Amino acid sequence: MTNSWTDIANSDLVVVMGGQAGDAHPVGFKWVLEARSRRKARLIVVDPRFNRTAAVADLHVPIRPGTDIAWLGGLINHLVSHDKIQHEYVTAYTSAPYLIKQGYGFKDGLFTGYIEGKRAYDMANWDYELDAQGHVKADPTLQHPRCVFQLMKAHYARYTPEMVERITGSPRDKLMTAWSWIAETARPDKVMTALYAVGWTQHTVGTQNIRTMAMVQLLLGNVGMAGGGVNALRGHSNIQGLTDLGLLSNLIPGYLTLPSEHEPDFATYMKSRGFKPLRPGQLSYWQNYKKFFVSFQKAMWGKAATAANDFAYDHLPKLDVVYDLLRIFNMMHKGEVNGYICQGFNPLQAAPNKAKISTALAKLKFLVVMDPLTTETASFWENHGEYNAVDPAKIKTEVFRLPTNCFAEEEGALVNSGRWLQWHWKGAEPPGEAKTDIAIMAALHLRLRELYKKEGGAFPDPIVDLNWPYIHPESPSPEELAKEINGSALEDVVDPKNPNKKLLTKGRQLNLFLELRDDGKTACGCWIYSGSFTEKGNMMAQREVSDPSGLGVFPQWAWSWPANRRILYNRASCDPDGRPWDPKRMLIEWNGTKWAGFDVPDFPPLSKPSAGMGPFIMLPEGTARLFARGFLKDGPFPEHYEPFEAPIANLLHPKVNSNPAARVFKSDLAVFGKPSEFPYVGTTYRVTELFHFWAKHALINAILQPQQFVELSEDLAKKKGIMAGDWVKVRSNRGQLRAVAVVTKRLKPLKVDGKTIEVVGLPFHWGFTGLTKKGYPSNVLTPFVGDANAETPEFKAFLVDIEKTTAPAV
Amino acid sequence: MASLQSLDIKRRSATTLPAPDVRVGHEEEVAKLIDVGRCIGCKACQAACLEWNDLRGEVGTNTGSIQNPPDLTANTWTLMRFTEIEEDGKVEWLIRKDGCMHCADPGCLEACPAPGAIVQYANGVVDFISENCIGCGYCIKGCPFNIPRLSRTDGRAYKCSLCSDRVAVGLEPACAKACPTQAISFGSKPDMLELASLRVEGLKERGYKKAGLYDAPGVGGTHVLYVLQRADRPELYQGLPKDPKISPLVSFWKGLAKPVGLGVIGLGVLAGFFHYVTVGPDTVEEEDERAAERDMAERRGR
Repeated sequence: MTNSWTDIANSDLVVVMGGQAGDAHPVGFKWVLEARSRRKARLIVVDPRFNRTAAVADLHVPIRPGTDIAWLGGLINHLVSHDKIQHEYVTAYTSAPYLIKQGYGFKDGLFTGYIEGKRAYDMANWDYELDAQGHVKADPTLQHPRCVFQLMKAHYARYTPEMVERITGSPRDKLMTAWSWIAETARPDKVMTALYAVGWTQHTVGTQNIRTMAMVQLLLGNVGMAGGGVNALRGHSNIQGLTDLGLLSNLIPGYLTLPSEHEPDFATYMKSRGFKPLRPGQLSYWQNYKKFFVSFQKAMWGKAATAANDFAYDHLPKLDVVYDLLRIFNMMHKGEVNGYICQGFNPLQAAPNKAKISTALAKLKFLVVMDPLTTETASFWENHGEYNAVDPAKIKTEVFRLPTNCFAEEEGALVNSGRWLQWHWKGAEPPGEAKTDIAIMAALHLRLRELYKKEGGAFPDPIVDLNWPYIHPESPSPEELAKEINGSALEDVVDPKNPNKKLLTKGRQLNLFLELRDDGKTACGCWIYSGSFTEKGNMMAQREVSDPSGLGVFPQWAWSWPANRRILYNRASCDPDGRPWDPKRMLIEWNGTKWAGFDVPDFPPLSKPSAGMGPFIMLPEGTARLFARGFLKDGPFPEHYEPFEAPIANLLHPKVNSNPAARVFKSDLAVFGKPSEFPYVGTTYRVTELFHFWAKHALINAILQPQQFVELSEDLAKKKGIMAGDWVKVRSNRGQLRAVAVVTKRLKPLKVDGKTIEVVGLPFHWGFTGLTKKGYPSNVLTPFVGDANAETPEFKAFLVDIEKTTAPAV
Repeated sequence: MASLQSLDIKRRSATTLPAPDVRVGHEEEVAKLIDVGRCIGCKACQAACLEWNDLRGEVGTNTGSIQNPPDLTANTWTLMRFTEIEEDGKVEWLIRKDGCMHCADPGCLEACPAPGAIVQYANGVVDFISENCIGCGYCIKGCPFNIPRLSRTDGRAYKCSLCSDRVAVGLEPACAKACPTQAISFGSKPDMLELASLRVEGLKERGYKKAGLYDAPGVGGTHVLYVLQRADRPELYQGLPKDPKISPLVSFWKGLAKPVGLGVIGLGVLAGFFHYVTVGPDTVEEEDERAAERDMAERRGR
């Protein structure tokens, strides 16, 4: 989230799209209804289904799964052509005026630079035109034909209301009502928030779905404002913490990146991470990258990381390719992976194409599962009839189940969607032999270290040198780890201008990442968390509920990264002169001498408005990017591409149907289904009663939603002779499942390009473990293809067929 | 539920003695307000009810609806009822939390032949005192909302107690505490009526011209109130009666019962008579009837 859960109450308009906030996040959803109580806010739900969120909405707009960019691109066209943008904001705070290189273009579904055989682009021309000083050329009048604004306008001119209706199936009247409500928030004193979840990410255009809404919010001037922003509702209680701490194969903590094999030494690595400002007077905060990186290396390898050895740069692996979920399972499937440690993850249910995952797991020599529950993955080798029809005798994989405690049986911080690190305390002892994940990983490390010390090996240093300063090495405490993540001074540091002034004292906790150094005198596990556990104590454990702002800032409740800032880009809540766009939503303002207010300014506190620094200080241009300059693999402007399995061809450019930069493995290309055989659009989602594959292990949840079902419209049910409560079979080109039919008015056939398109709803919680009736995971159906940028699998749009069947034998 | 508030008892089934609360009489009436316009059907109330009251039903099956379990049971005292309607091409999903309405004039209590099996506290809560229940099922016939259910395990009738044990010590009912969207509120009845009028006003502003309060005058008002989007047609909400009244049969039986007094001798006869006139699609089985008679015989023996 750019903003916070509590901030949603400041909105005038809540748009829930690419997620189902009320269904899947019912507790946080209360802030939407608070906005209604306090501000008479409206709620728009854009979703294929009339869901529980829609039950309390002011407007539900149905949409065909996988067509969000068409919908939002049409919205951009509507805003620009009806002059419903916040001009001063767009001109001053976005890249709209900047000129793009002559070589950039877009034609027939492809941006310039496409390399056919590689399914990739050469992005060299997706960049700004620079002047002699290396600064971006700009046209503040937004008239230059190659300025971002004009290019954007031309790009989305194709997305007319007629075209959008034909692609998305959203009825025109509802579409226009939604767009006109959204357009009203172009006013500085009207603010809209956008709430989304994996309904946007789980597409082959996932990243671009989110980007399109970010562009909309920038055009409306809603980013940085209280009640505004682009807000990801995270699906697990600490999935935000997972990404923050770099638990993705190409990241290290704090959104720093692992080196690639083209960066064999530290100097080369830093060369592409210089972040020289692209406009005069800009901060370009990532210029501090080296401080964050060196401090991370010191936290990892302590004394073994020295200036002489480039702070142990060689200890980091160098990536040849990104080892994301899809790639790892593809390698496993080809027999290229021997062992797999599966910690708090259930890929047999969660990764696409269950059949492929199951075969892949069976090719492992060993599988270690760390989990509080008996997961399907841990039992993938068991035969459960039609629900897991494997032959255990043929599976040689040795499976180790290591029971871990659940969240309530340990202390620590969970990071919520709004970036709040909330410390919690242990509520009970773990049962039986269960151990914390920390203890298990510590034991593993200590044994590996002993082996490497004793036996050596090709490169034992990263393991042997690992900094392990904990009081009980076999079980580091959550507090010790939290302090290490916050960072501390390793040596005294004095002010170079005044030798009597000590800036840092050896051994003391750091106050904030501003104190980090690139000379090895500070250590910090995750720079964005620096400030969470200082000499004043554990800031994450703060529980003060006062809110002087009246805007739900709650500055002393827990701790929000970065710097306890509650709303990112809050400098943009003020006009260029430093006055709030909306005085009633004052977060910070320029008081004549400094930036001050209720939130921590996302800006140098002493930088005068007249100095002209832009509010988006993390970017070298200081402004927000309407044009993603050489950053996203599939284009600088989001473009509508059909899902890899779609019921119609791409109406904008039939020759480039699906995302040309999405990575597809050859063997998976063969198992995409055709609309002639699979005429209906399948989409997956959660129900409130069950959380993923866990809550089915809890009796009350099992009582509340005991058995697998699929949802279909009354029309489709009639056509197929299906009654509510009948058993149905849903097939894709990869597998099939059997479940009970819920026939509903809440799913309606959509008119798409003159054709009637039906959507089949597939809630995904059931499996062959737990207390609910046994069921199928929906990944028996889903395709093995992911987003071009994040590799998130396309679970939200694929092709299926449905027919009536009989109940399974009991 | 056990009777924790004997001094606060206002009415007691099959009892003609003055209620203990005549000595006190200052207790404020409470109410639970269910604002259907704010309900997202998350079932947190259903879960909280099971947790607090230590109830666990069976893990059932799906019968073609997300409403689960499909109906109230002796172990399901509250239930989200999901109704889809479509008018003028507009779909609405009406989600009503069903359960005891805690009537000011409770038909169950009127109908109950077992002394002290059903009580009404001065705060308005109508509570079943299980140890006094004879399992006759007349409360089911007496209830205009079709709420009480007989347990197949112990043969007694059960329903929502409005968490009388929590309310007695100044807490809100478990469902109200769990509700994430403030669709359930709890407080004094006047306060809840005031909140209800604000909520109705809000719905009207949002275009629900027929929004209104549901407070069933036919049963003297209730201590569970609804704010409905479609107050003109409560029956849309899966059978919420438009004008609930206590069945005339119950009044007839009470009229007869009074002169007879609560003479236990006549009870069996009356019970037989009542059963004769009411036998139908209710859940009172012959076995239950015999159990009730055995129970009463035992009581007489004591």
